[in-house]
Amino acid sequence: MAPCIIFTRCGRMPDVTILGAGVAGLWAARTCLAHGMDVRLIDRAGGPGAQGCSWWAGGMLAPDCEGAVADPRVVAHGRAAADRWRDVTPVTTEGTLVLAPARDRGELARFARRTGRHRWLSRAGLAALEPDLAVTHGQALFFAGEAHLDPRAALADLAADLRARGVVVECAAAVPEMFRGPVLDCRGLAANGEVSGLRGVRGEMVVLQTEDIRLARPVRLLHPRHPLYIVPRAGGVFMLGATQIETEARGMITARAVLELLSVAYALDPRFAEARVIETGADLRPAFEDNVPRVVARDGVLHLNGLFRHGYLMAPVLAEQAVAYLTTGQKGDLVHAN
Amino acid sequence: MRDFYGVSLANPMMLGTARFPSPAVMEAAFRASGASVATVSLRREGQGGGAFRALVQRLGVPLLPNTAGCHSAAEAITTARMAREYFETDWIKLEVIGDADTLQPDPFGLLEAAETLCADGFKVFPYTTEDQVLAARLVDAGCGVLMPWGAPIGSGLGLNNIHGLRMLRAAFPDVPMVIDAGLGLPSHAARAMELGFDAILLNTAVAEADDPAAMARAFALAAQAGAAGAAAGPMTARDMAVPSTPVIGKAWL
Repeated sequence: MAPCIIFTRCGRMPDVTILGAGVAGLWAARTCLAHGMDVRLIDRAGGPGAQGCSWWAGGMLAPDCEGAVADPRVVAHGRAAADRWRDVTPVTTEGTLVLAPARDRGELARFARRTGRHRWLSRAGLAALEPDLAVTHGQALFFAGEAHLDPRAALADLAADLRARGVVVECAAAVPEMFRGPVLDCRGLAANGEVSGLRGVRGEMVVLQTEDIRLARPVRLLHPRHPLYIVPRAGGVFMLGATQIETEARGMITARAVLELLSVAYALDPRFAEARVIETGADLRPAFEDNVPRVVARDGVLHLNGLFRHGYLMAPVLAEQAVAYLTTGQKGDLVHAN
Repeated sequence: MRDFYGVSLANPMMLGTARFPSPAVMEAAFRASGASVATVSLRREGQGGGAFRALVQRLGVPLLPNTAGCHSAAEAITTARMAREYFETDWIKLEVIGDADTLQPDPFGLLEAAETLCADGFKVFPYTTEDQVLAARLVDAGCGVLMPWGAPIGSGLGLNNIHGLRMLRAAFPDVPMVIDAGLGLPSHAARAMELGFDAILLNTAVAEADDPAAMARAFALAAQAGAAGAAAGPMTARDMAVPSTPVIGKAWL
């Protein structure tokens, strides 16, 4: 493709061009605006939607729980995420509950050992938070400081806020070479090949709706074979997820994944059997080898990528580090530049 | 030292590639331990996953694809044939699961699949129990390696039936054998090697440790210590104490 220069509406070059309007691109645009830059935002679909993996996220802002397996940087930066999001969209801070089936209680102790900022709940303590779960579970870990949001509402709120400040997402298939001036490439796996070491990790989800079950906060069920998280949303909607498969195969959710997610949910509360399945989904998360998001500076382009399962947790800080590098050359701990 | 279909292992440790926090941590575990074979699962992690395949190939050790999660001979045979194409090796760790809860091998399906795959030119590593009769049938079918379990997969219980494993080792002195599954602690690995087994294969105990690389190294050291001990000719255990210094001639006081 021949390089070309595309001018903004007012006829001059923007300070920065951002490719991709998923959670990373939207946060990059927001952060650039906050630094007084003139921003151009381009997305192949004209805005956030089912084509991007941000659409399929759980929306948990649970840095301490993630710390059971994630890099310490994800925990440290992620703790600031809820406050960032609160300026954009409704954030619910009711904490996270972590449970384990009776015969796998050892998993709970191990999880507690590897994470921080939690406390143990007895059955009575659990009953005070989630009465239904206390019927079947006598012990839980509670991460009181954690939060969650509705990811699709959050994306829409971010886009609406940008629009109000004069940034409209342009619909075009674009690559960094088409632009002069700084480019922030936030296209996720679509940038595969241009940023090395990126791979896709498949995730699958099921959305249920039932009026019978009330949960105020995300629940994680530790299970040696089939871990599960359930994120409550408005209107009796529950998002079930957790599959994490090292494959780049696309395509709809597999029967096996549906079986596993539903049977674990059923084990948690049998009333889920009567819920309606209102949506299923599967997509690939972009990830680097260490599963930690990065800003990669290469050939005049900053790639904000590899957000893995930490998109909503890490997009704000990734954008901040990218803009800091762009404006001052300061290299944050997520910046990879030679 | 017995070899595995003509391949000698510098380090008697085989390591799985599943359940690690990230590929970077997995790679660190291989580097720290010097594990000499990497097992990979095709069923869920291989297909379409070019990037992950490249990551395991970059480890620079022979790959041993497995048929994890297969519950019938037909399923395992199909998976093995796909794995041969995908990973470009005729090695296959044959798993045919008989019980979803204990993940113990289905001896009948295992034998059936082993017969077909050996005839098809595969070099089969069957995941089996310590049952001697089954072992004999697997060897008759053409298996040049046996992989008896230590304990159920992922249980970390160690060697559940020392007597049975010792009998198996004695019954097939020329067949290379790998203790596969159930190891939880480095001491389990040392014990397996002291019993005269040729290698250990593990995954969960390393991948789910707080520090997988350090645990992988601990297992490798233990396996090497156990192997060195077995090679050095262990003493015989006795019920009575035997003083290491002669008592005869000791001064009467």
